[in-house]
Amino acid sequence: MLLDPLLDPHPAAKDRSGAATGSPGSVPASEDSLPAILTTPARLTHLQRLEAESIHIMREVAAQFQKPVMLYSVGKDSSVLLHLAMKAFHPSKPPFPLLHVDTTWKFREMIEFRDRTAQELGIDLMVHINRDGVRQGIGPFTHGSAVHTDVMKTQGLKQALDAHGFDAAFGGARRDEEKSRAKERIFSFRTASHRWEPKNQRPELWSLYNGRINKGESIRVFPLSNWTELDIWQYIHQENIPVVPLYFAKPRPVVERDGTLIMVDDDRLPLKPGETPEMAWVRFRTLGCYPLTGAVRSTAATLPEIIREMLLSTSSERQGRVIDQDAAASMEAKKQEGYF
Amino acid sequence: MLKELDPVAAPAIATSDIAPADAAAEVQEYLARQNSKDLLRFITCGSVDDGKSTLIGRLLYDCKCLFEDQLASLETDSGRFGTTGAGQLDLALLVDGLAAEREQGITIDVAYRFFTTERRKFIVADTPGHEQYTRNMVTGASTADAAVLLVDARKGVLTQTRRHSTIVSLLGVRHVVLAVNKMDAVGWDRETFERIAADYRVFAARIGITDVTCIPVSALTGDNVTKPSDSMAWYGGPTLLGHLESVDAAAERKLGSFRMAVQWVNRPNQDFRGFSGTVVGGAVRVGDDVAILPGGRTSRVARLVTMDGDLETAEPGQAVTLVLADEVDASRGDMIVAAAGRPEVADQFAAHVVWMDEQPLLPGRSYLLRAGTATVGAQVTELKHSINVNTQEHAAAKHLDLNDVGFCNLALDRPIPFDAYADSRETGSFILIDRLTNATAGCGMIRFPLRRASNIHRHATKVDKAARAGDLQKPCVLWFTGLSGSGKSSVADRLEQELHRLGRRTMILDGDNVRHGLNRDLGFTDEDRVENIRRVAEVSKLMVEAGLIVLVSFISPFREERRMARTLVEDGEFLEIFMDTPLEVCEARDPKGLYRKARAGQLPHFTGIDSAYEPPEAPEITLKGGEHGTDEMVAQVIEELRRRGVI
Repeated sequence: MLLDPLLDPHPAAKDRSGAATGSPGSVPASEDSLPAILTTPARLTHLQRLEAESIHIMREVAAQFQKPVMLYSVGKDSSVLLHLAMKAFHPSKPPFPLLHVDTTWKFREMIEFRDRTAQELGIDLMVHINRDGVRQGIGPFTHGSAVHTDVMKTQGLKQALDAHGFDAAFGGARRDEEKSRAKERIFSFRTASHRWEPKNQRPELWSLYNGRINKGESIRVFPLSNWTELDIWQYIHQENIPVVPLYFAKPRPVVERDGTLIMVDDDRLPLKPGETPEMAWVRFRTLGCYPLTGAVRSTAATLPEIIREMLLSTSSERQGRVIDQDAAASMEAKKQEGYF
Repeated sequence: MLKELDPVAAPAIATSDIAPADAAAEVQEYLARQNSKDLLRFITCGSVDDGKSTLIGRLLYDCKCLFEDQLASLETDSGRFGTTGAGQLDLALLVDGLAAEREQGITIDVAYRFFTTERRKFIVADTPGHEQYTRNMVTGASTADAAVLLVDARKGVLTQTRRHSTIVSLLGVRHVVLAVNKMDAVGWDRETFERIAADYRVFAARIGITDVTCIPVSALTGDNVTKPSDSMAWYGGPTLLGHLESVDAAAERKLGSFRMAVQWVNRPNQDFRGFSGTVVGGAVRVGDDVAILPGGRTSRVARLVTMDGDLETAEPGQAVTLVLADEVDASRGDMIVAAAGRPEVADQFAAHVVWMDEQPLLPGRSYLLRAGTATVGAQVTELKHSINVNTQEHAAAKHLDLNDVGFCNLALDRPIPFDAYADSRETGSFILIDRLTNATAGCGMIRFPLRRASNIHRHATKVDKAARAGDLQKPCVLWFTGLSGSGKSSVADRLEQELHRLGRRTMILDGDNVRHGLNRDLGFTDEDRVENIRRVAEVSKLMVEAGLIVLVSFISPFREERRMARTLVEDGEFLEIFMDTPLEVCEARDPKGLYRKARAGQLPHFTGIDSAYEPPEAPEITLKGGEHGTDEMVAQVIEELRRRGVI
């Protein structure tokens, strides 16, 4: 189905069996025929290195902190993060719950995917909604993207972290996404009021991560720091990781606003005079609140097509995010306030 | 523009009307080729004036790793902050990502950037050049395989270049590229380049950097960055990118034996117990004999578990869960190693330390040391010398300030396994953590173990402290701390008289008295105060073993040293007594005239005036010296001693 759009349903499995029979450095099957033993080439591939680094980071967090949590945003990076967490602690389940900060404006397909994934993997999923914000009627149309994001996302996140006393929170951010992210440590220290101090970050050497904190302080952890967007898709492809169907193109109802294609996901989208939703072949490169996430016109309905499209793209993935375009260095300012 | 211009793959998949089946095959092939590429991590060092950020911008730009929207915002920013002149793209703005950096036009912290060529994937750590941000450069260098040092062709090798080289050499970065930049500004002059290159080679050899490549470039024009320069036809070597593509990334460290620090014990149920960690050093196979250090028990590898299935062999760099054949105990902080190729195990070693904290490193002060997954208490027992990173000269030092480098002996609370840093970065490195702030205060590269501790064995005596004290008392330390003039000595003196009257055996250690003898050689700097307390703490421990109630009366201004004194004796044997007398009261009393001198500037480092006093956070007894008389306070202490069963 849509989660597995490849012509070859199990590329990863095929690669492995190929390696076991032929490639240099592999060990011939012994005569006492052990049960399916995998072999590893002496030199690790680029993705194997990234995977191992992420797993190392996750295990450090599990060992060093009292109460970690994994921020789950339902996007492709979250899917990879969760897959890595399953690998890091196998055969145990990851020793932390998932937390989704729901702004109440997420795509409906994201919510369905979220609930199904948590159930299938048998993982605790906590959903937090900023009830104060809901009471005040905060939304992207009434209050603008900046206020909506701050109240429903940033403040909502801080409420959830404080309410449960989480001392470490995993996020799926990558350094290739944005300039201030490129500067951030993997273990990123936060004061008791969740502030990031970019000018005074802890030195982070080798693979020695200092997770010591005083009461009330916390650490944001970014196991995907060294992955690029291409690595993410390549890994999803290799490992057959399910992602939200919105990443794949199909006809969807959209309106064009200030050059951005907004999908009409429910009847809360106020149409301006003269606007009529049109059905267009579109997909999403990044997922967030539906009114703040621009679609791209595309016919890429399978993973290889998405990867091919990305290789030919002339714009970065965050371009579709309305909130990033507010002001120069806006991400740094938002991060200082506690945004992920 | 393509995100990634791959001359082979791009045209093939750029055809938009190929059938989906072909698209899948093309992408599969493309991905297979991507996945077979290896990775080189390198740092760039130099200052903005040398064109460092411009060089990285150039690499990203020329490798087509920039998108249209990023270029558009770069154009806007170039107009606002740019330093390259009207209409020119300021490529430096691509990497200086923090607001403060863009405003000041300098690099403060490391930025990581990613790009790919046909042959290799790269992670660039763009590190700051200014001395005050040395610790951030060290962060970038710790994981780098190669370093690109930039010099300005008009200026040649400067102090800064020598500093960066020293750090690169200390951190064990094996391949160094000297990029002589701004060749356009010296008329592409060959002699200028060759003079700078020759200068640098002499210097590099002196500090132990063996693999040096010098390349004349212009980051501004792109000459010899990614494409050979027409203006410098006299240069026959590789371009910068060409060289980085061919550097041997598989940094063959000397260590070839398996090591795995236990990160996490994996125990989903009664039937499974695995040890999760990352393999370093050498490969491990099912059936290999292993030892668990520092304990030294041995076992055999029964399984190498991953979610994708069991492995027969795990290579260095792989994250696995290892199951042993025997029911042996191992926990986080232990290291599982090849039984036949073991690391050193010791509680003392010599190491280079780079200090990264505003609070100086003081020998004798206790820090937390993280090496692999082990965390132990540690102190610098001897600071042999500091290394001037600008001149490489060695000098005597009593402490290390922020960004200082020193060669030290360290002593740990317990032995840990390790290798020399030169043999293995992963098992030869450590960080030092401040116990109060939890900051990463320093980092170290281990040189060699010290054997002196292993040849001194404790002698167990038949008569112990309980026997020495008899039924008379429970031996303990009463540690008085407080400002000068707070009344410590008076209360301690009167308390001892009272205890003596009650027939108890006591001893008093008074700050002033001890400084006349045992600590005659110490002054009042922070490092001498630390050593002063260390000695007194050791003496008071001996006296507790002698069965005495020891009254220690020292200003002892630092929490850390009082904590250290507490850890020397057993639980319940250390009672911290805080003389909580306000500074105004102490200063008004001024029994020795010291405050007057200090206020007049004749007595530097005086506690409470120009040297800090850190009050106890949870003292066993607090005495309000400003409100109560001496007899009242003595009675308060006696009552507490009775309550605790000391007397």
